[in-house]
Amino acid sequence: MGEAIAFYIIAGFILIFAVLVVTAKEAVHSVVFLVIDFLFVAALYASLGAEFLAIIQILVYAGGIVVLYLFVVMLVNLKRPPEAYADPHRRTTLGFALSAAMLLEIGVIASYGYVKPAPALAAVAAPVTGNTEEVGWLLYTSYLIPFEIASMLLLVAMIGAIVLAKREL
Amino acid sequence: MLLSAALFTIGVVGVMVRRNIIIIFMSIELILNAVNINLVAFSNQLQNAVGQVFAIFIIAVAAAEAAVGLGIILAFFRNKETVNIDEMNLMRW
Repeated sequence: MGEAIAFYIIAGFILIFAVLVVTAKEAVHSVVFLVIDFLFVAALYASLGAEFLAIIQILVYAGGIVVLYLFVVMLVNLKRPPEAYADPHRRTTLGFALSAAMLLEIGVIASYGYVKPAPALAAVAAPVTGNTEEVGWLLYTSYLIPFEIASMLLLVAMIGAIVLAKREL
Repeated sequence: MLLSAALFTIGVVGVMVRRNIIIIFMSIELILNAVNINLVAFSNQLQNAVGQVFAIFIIAVAAAEAAVGLGIILAFFRNKETVNIDEMNLMRW
């Protein structure tokens, strides 16, 4: 029961701050709301038993990516607000309509899952010794090649970002 | 799962509606987070850690995407002095 209450509180905060991220006028405020949102998502991971992922979320998202965003917001100091110029061909209502249609679709799928719940799978996993050990074991045995490919991708992205951000392009 | 769907939808609304490309990138991060929440929720429900492994991969890809995307934004801003996507029509025919 307590877990359910905690889940709903955290979920509510996540949604509130996500809305604030999207609706904030200033990009800096948006970044700050994004940090808080990521922290609540990390809390949700921890409450779902994924402690390792919660730590990773805080380190990578709230620590790394958001600092990157802040640097870009700082470097891109605007002389005129980007929302001032409105494209007459822009279709905001169409965007809202598409988003609403997608929410409806996902909701239908989710409710279908509630009506016909998936057969409860027997716990086939090994006895849980600890979340971090389990994830690390999987990462370095079954998923070793994807892991290496991910590291390669990060390297390529790093080089690409440096090349893109160089003075003379 | 409904939380994940709602967060995903907020991210999509952000992508569609806002004009500041930095905020659009943040909305993309929200979408990726929604997917991660879904993976972790099912990982918890099925008592199977593979979902968390995939969530780690998604975080890595999101980091790469953010680095490259922000590099592109910087390069573009240096040339055109704008972050408004309505003015980014260089490749429009």
